Amino acid sequence: MLKLVVCIKQVPQVSDLPWDPDTGRLKRELAAGMMNPACRFALEAALKIRDKIGARITAITMGPPSAEEVLREAIALGADRGLLISDRKMAGSDTYTTSLTLARAIQKNIPEFDLILCGAATNDSGTAQVGPQLAEELDIPGIAYVNDLEIVGNKARVRRLEDDFIETMEMELPGLATINTGGAVPRYVSMRGFQAAFAESDIVMLDAVSLGLNQDWIGAKGSATQMRNVSSPMAGRENVVLTGTTKGILDQLFMLFDDRIGGVIGKDLKTDKR
Amino acid sequence: MKMAEKKRGIWIFGDYRNYFQNRVTIQLISRARELAAQIDAEVSVIVFGSGIDQYVNEYIAHGADRIYLTDNPRLAEYSMETYSFLMERLARREKPEIILIGATSFGREFAPHVAKRLGTGLTADCIGLDIDEAGLLVQRAPSFGGKLMAEVIIPERRPQMATVHPGIFQELPHDAARRAEIVNVPMPDNMPSDRIRIIGAERCPVKKDNLEYAKIVVCGGRGMDNKKKFAKLYELAELLGGEVGATRPAVYLNWVGREAMVGQAGKQIRPNILFSFGISGAMQFTASISNAKFIIAVNKNPTAPIMRMADVAIVADASQICNSLIAELKRRIRG
Repeated sequence: MLKLVVCIKQVPQVSDLPWDPDTGRLKRELAAGMMNPACRFALEAALKIRDKIGARITAITMGPPSAEEVLREAIALGADRGLLISDRKMAGSDTYTTSLTLARAIQKNIPEFDLILCGAATNDSGTAQVGPQLAEELDIPGIAYVNDLEIVGNKARVRRLEDDFIETMEMELPGLATINTGGAVPRYVSMRGFQAAFAESDIVMLDAVSLGLNQDWIGAKGSATQMRNVSSPMAGRENVVLTGTTKGILDQLFMLFDDRIGGVIGKDLKTDKR
Repeated sequence: MKMAEKKRGIWIFGDYRNYFQNRVTIQLISRARELAAQIDAEVSVIVFGSGIDQYVNEYIAHGADRIYLTDNPRLAEYSMETYSFLMERLARREKPEIILIGATSFGREFAPHVAKRLGTGLTADCIGLDIDEAGLLVQRAPSFGGKLMAEVIIPERRPQMATVHPGIFQELPHDAARRAEIVNVPMPDNMPSDRIRIIGAERCPVKKDNLEYAKIVVCGGRGMDNKKKFAKLYELAELLGGEVGATRPAVYLNWVGREAMVGQAGKQIRPNILFSFGISGAMQFTASISNAKFIIAVNKNPTAPIMRMADVAIVADASQICNSLIAELKRRIRG
C-alpha cells in the first residue's frame, strides 16, 4: 500500500496574538494553537489519494508538546497515526535544521515512504522553505506550490500556477510536494473521527536522542541563520475608529486615507484637484 | 609575482522569465552594487537558459560587473532540478560571499534547494538588505504577515543567501555603454537525470488578478443582509480594481460561489487593502487575512473581533457604507 507522510505545523492563532506591550514581542507560549491552514490542504490531498487508491497516512509534526493537538486533529480527519518530534534542544530551529530533523524522523520511522506532502507555507514565519529543503535532505524530487495532485502509476502528476505559468509535471516517487491553499476544500472532523482521535490514537513521541541527532546539529545551535533583532513595526494596527453619520464617516475616511487608498488603486482621490 | 587577491562576489540569480512584469533581478543588481562598495566585492549575475543574449545585455546595461552564463538548448525551460544542480556546482567553484534571489515563486522554491545543497542559511522574502560593521549581510524580513520584523544574519556559513521581495529597490537606469565580463560556463557531461518531467508550461492566457494575489479585496459577510445587497460589493470592487471575497456564511447562504470563500477552508489572501463588510471576524476567517497590509472594517458591532484588528474600524451598517462609498469613489475618481 502507498505510504504517505503529511508534515503539519501548529501555528499561533494570528488574529489574537498576545503581545508584550513593553518589548513589542510575541508571547508565543500564550498564543492558542491551530493547524496551519496550508497543512490542512496537504492533509486533504493525502486523504483524497487514500479515498481513491488506498494509502497509509502518517502525520508528523515538530514543536512543543502541545503540538500533539494537531496530530490528534489529523487522526480525527483520517490519518492513521502521528509522530510528534519534541525536544527543548530543538527550540530556535531555522529551516535548515528543521528539514534535517524532519528528514531523520522520516528515515527512521517511515523509511519506505512514497510521497511526502507539506503545506506550501505557514501562517507564522511563512518562509515556504522547509518543504524544498526536506526534499533535498532526503535526496528526492520536490515540487512546491502544488494546486492539484494525483497518483498515476508510480508517479505523481501535479498541476500548479507559478509566475503566471500553468505547469503540469510528473514526478518520480518517492517524492515531495508542497500544497497551496485553495485547492480541494478540506473536510471536517466527523463524530467517528473524534472518537478515533481520542480512543485509540497512535502517537509516537520522538526526541533528539531517539533520532540520533547530535545537539550541535539541531535547534538554534545547528541553525545557519541567526535572528538578531525582532521588532514589531506596528504591534497590532493603528485601529482608528470612525463613527457617526454615513457622510461624516466617509469624509473622515477620505480625509485620513485618500492617499493610501488612491496609491493602491492608482488614482487621485483628492477632491481639490488642480 | 603575487596574484592579485580575487574580489569577493555578490551573486544575483538572473530570473528573466516574465522579464517585463517582474524586474526584481535588476532591482537587486542596483542594491548589490551599493552593498558591494562596502565590502569591496563584485556583482555577478548568473544566467541559465537557451538563446538568452538579450537578458544578458540587459543585466550588463543595468549594472552587472560579470555574467556567468550557461546557454544550452537543454535549459530552454526553467527546471528546478537542473538549475539547482548548476547553481550549486558554480557556487562551490567560485565561492561567492552572498547570493540574492528575487522572491518570484520560482525564486522562493529555487533558493531553499540551493541553500540546502550548499549547507548554508537562507532568509525568505527580505524587504531590506544592509552590511553591518562586521561586514555581514543584515537581512530584514517580515514575519507574522508583517506584524513582526526580524533582522537575520548568517554568521558563519557561506554564502549568505536571501530571497528578496520585488519592488523594494530602485533599478539603475539602462546604460548601453556599460561593459562587463562574460564567463561562459559549459553544461557538464555528468548532469543527473531529471526526476521531474515538465509535461506542459503554458503562460496563463489572461493575467487575471485572482483573489489570492489581488492588491485590493472587498470581502463581505452575513452582515450584508441579503444577496442583492451583497452583489453591490462587485460594483465597489470594480471601481477599486479589486476582487470580491466572502466568509463561509455568505457562501453557504448562496450569495456567492465557493471560489470566493476566504478562510481556513477557503483561500488565504494578502491584499494591500482589505475592505471588510459585515464580517464579525471568526477565527477561521481572520487567520486567513493576517497578511493583509491594511484593513478597513465596517460592522455595526464595535466589539466584533475584526474591529479590534482593523486599521480603520467603521461602526455602521455595512450595506449603507458600501453604497455611499461607491457614490463617493465615483465622484472622486471623475474628479
